[in-house]
Amino acid sequence: MFGSLDWSTLQQLWWFITTLVGSLFIFLTFVQGGQTLLSTLSLTEDEKILVVNSLGRKWELTFTTLVMFGGALFAAFPLFYATSFGGAYWVWILILFTFIIQAVSYEYRRKPDNFLGKGVYDAFLFINGSIGILLIGIAVGTFFTGSNFTLNDYNLVFWDHPLRGLEAAFSFFNLSFGLFLVFLARTLGALYLANNLGHETLVAKLKNSSFNNLLCALPFLLYVLINLILMDGYAVNPADGTVVLEANKYLHNLLQMPLNLILLLVGLILVVFGVVLNRFTASVRGIWLSGPGTVLTGLALFFLAGYNNTAFYPSKIDLNSSLTIYNASSSHYTLTVMTYVALLVPVVLGYISWTWRQMDSKKLTLEELAADKKSY
Amino acid sequence: MIEQIDLTMVNWARATFALTAMYHWIFVPLTLGLSFICAFFESIYVKTGDEQWKKLTRFWMTLFGINFAIGVATGIILEFEFGTNWSNYSWMVGDIFGAPLAIEGLAAFFLEATFFAVMFFGWNRVSKKAHLFATWMVAVGSNLSAVWILIANGWMQNPVGMKFNPDLARFEMTDFGALVFSPVAISHFVHVTSSAFLYASLFVVAVSSWYLLKKRHIQFAKRSLTVACTFGLLASLFVAYTGDEHAYHAANVQPMKLAAMEGLYDGEAPAGLVAAGLLNFSKKPGDDEDSFIFKVKIPMVLSLLANRDINSFVPGINDLVYGNTAENIMGVEEKMVRGKLAVAGLGDYKAAQNVGDQLAASKALTLFEKNSDYLGYGYLDSAEQAVPYVPLIFYSFRVMVGLGTFFIFLFAAYLYLLYKDQLEKQPLLLKLGAFSFFLGLVAHEAGWIVTEVGRQPWAIQDLLPVTIARSNLDAGTVEVTFFMFLILFTALLIAELKIMTKQISIGPEGD
Repeated sequence: MFGSLDWSTLQQLWWFITTLVGSLFIFLTFVQGGQTLLSTLSLTEDEKILVVNSLGRKWELTFTTLVMFGGALFAAFPLFYATSFGGAYWVWILILFTFIIQAVSYEYRRKPDNFLGKGVYDAFLFINGSIGILLIGIAVGTFFTGSNFTLNDYNLVFWDHPLRGLEAAFSFFNLSFGLFLVFLARTLGALYLANNLGHETLVAKLKNSSFNNLLCALPFLLYVLINLILMDGYAVNPADGTVVLEANKYLHNLLQMPLNLILLLVGLILVVFGVVLNRFTASVRGIWLSGPGTVLTGLALFFLAGYNNTAFYPSKIDLNSSLTIYNASSSHYTLTVMTYVALLVPVVLGYISWTWRQMDSKKLTLEELAADKKSY
Repeated sequence: MIEQIDLTMVNWARATFALTAMYHWIFVPLTLGLSFICAFFESIYVKTGDEQWKKLTRFWMTLFGINFAIGVATGIILEFEFGTNWSNYSWMVGDIFGAPLAIEGLAAFFLEATFFAVMFFGWNRVSKKAHLFATWMVAVGSNLSAVWILIANGWMQNPVGMKFNPDLARFEMTDFGALVFSPVAISHFVHVTSSAFLYASLFVVAVSSWYLLKKRHIQFAKRSLTVACTFGLLASLFVAYTGDEHAYHAANVQPMKLAAMEGLYDGEAPAGLVAAGLLNFSKKPGDDEDSFIFKVKIPMVLSLLANRDINSFVPGINDLVYGNTAENIMGVEEKMVRGKLAVAGLGDYKAAQNVGDQLAASKALTLFEKNSDYLGYGYLDSAEQAVPYVPLIFYSFRVMVGLGTFFIFLFAAYLYLLYKDQLEKQPLLLKLGAFSFFLGLVAHEAGWIVTEVGRQPWAIQDLLPVTIARSNLDAGTVEVTFFMFLILFTALLIAELKIMTKQISIGPEGD
């Protein structure tokens, strides 16, 4: 069935599947955003316990989606996996570091004899939610601004900057992208918690917080969007695969792919509308608009980077080392196999939503946590 | 292919991977086995409705959760380390190796993560049966993840189902079925998972024995022991059987690993198995020294183990390095000659293509293809490099097998005494049982040393040496990362141990 598809069709399909996982991950960083709210919102001890326990039931989903994103990139675009992870070494190692310390923190923070003390585990959660997300944003920013690498005849990567990826933080665009993601995660975190918790004063604080954090996110978002429209982009010549800098490439992409433009606008409107709903009405269901809105926005940005003959992981110093979805992908055979495997995606999404519908049908309350000695 | 090979970087990258993998493996087999043990306990609870079994289930689940978190933390690093420290590997075999990793995520990790939350927080949110289902799904999910990662690892030991694409300079998958159903991968998987069940059973034995020694939670401990020792005995018998199968497959595709496991320098027909021995550390391939200072050998067993034929020839290290025409074995020296022709052919092919000389390109390609089976050998500097470090493999193998045999007797003794209701009167055995969990860990790590150090110098057996598989990083960078991980993992391990022992001392009543 899938074997009869063109290689290029499969490559485009896999850019969609992979970036869908990536966009779902960005939505699920509401966990990380929530972790930073813990120490920045003024919360009572009870409120903190509610927040931690609500997030603690979801963190693994976010974590697994990140692992899945890595796995999908490895399987479908191995040259990206090799180039970016082996090249922009320190960015990825530091990102991973913040996820290692997150993974133990929920389970260990309130257990007796936990060696490092509750404060350290809470700091771990904050670092993961702030620095971790900031660095991810900076890394994704390089999809547009490019990196310092060359590939040799054997497609092996040589990185031309001693900071091994951290130099990307010197670009205001990348930095803005990262800060936008940090505040977006906080916005989503507040929205998610407001919907999940049964505690009136806390929910009121959270409803305010989602709005305030969106306000903080907006300037960075605007900076990113305006730059995207104005900046030069890395265009691929479909005839011979060579890469050139093209003025206003991403603007051209938006105009040449109207669906992409619609996706971006609808996504952003949904994000904003969900927050407005929570802030100005009695509803707490804004996450169900802002969450999907985040996924659409993420997809639109990834499409902008990879479709319409654009190099999604460009090299600033050697344009023709830039990675495109065509030169970085797996073979036709492997993509075909993986497409059959991807038929599992709806099944997985299905049981995840079914399970969480059961689990979240009642709001989480202090009474329930008090009755459960296993709470975080 | 790479102009300046920095050997120190490779060693730091290997050390980092070994560190991560060995820490990871303290926790993961416990997750694999304890998930099933918890599912057994909860099944008994649901069937009998006895609240004591529920209490018992919840206690073991608490310990499961503490262990699970740190297993996840060390696991994410392993996946991404392929990219960060072994980026050439990631490119050259990513077309094949990436698939099982992605499938692991999709088919296993989500199952595990989703139902883990139900298992821990769903006691009052879903029905009793739905909860039991969730517990079983966690067990299935975690063991499914083991399937896929071990298929990936099995492929590194025995690369099948692919061919080299000279235009892109990478290996490409041609037969997914061959990858999944490779006998090496399957025997690897069953051996590793059954040994994980054994390990988790030892954990239950250790904790329960401690309670019996302290005369606390007697009935709780005995109930736990009955289930765990039955599971453990079955698992340990299966481990022995699958271990033999696994060694048989290794003998076929990795004869050098088998020779190192046996400290066998000169091949024999029939070959005996060294039951115990003291290696001569100054022995080198090709010299006249004895390989053992002393040894106890069981005749013909190695031939039987390796080839299922008591009179067959088993090649030694010298046969494999220098060749043995009588037995029709090509030595590493000759393979290196052919490998270097393949490397040169590939280089010429690239050069000719760059200048558009099609004739030269096709000539170079023919040369490459004729010798491409030996490509990896072209990157070795000397034939002796193809020999892994023998003493480590020899002794690790014996530690693993010795302990594996001991565990069979341990579980059998526990079950017999439980049946006779005499177990509490055997403090010595209980102390041994409490200590055995640590021995289980030693056996596990030793097994991985045999598998992974035994494969050296290869990242992919015969095709890709670790010196080529690495990233282009300087040694200092990887060294810093090594120590970062060492400090972090050690701190987290201490935390885990402290929390775990505290929860054990609080006991099931604290629930």
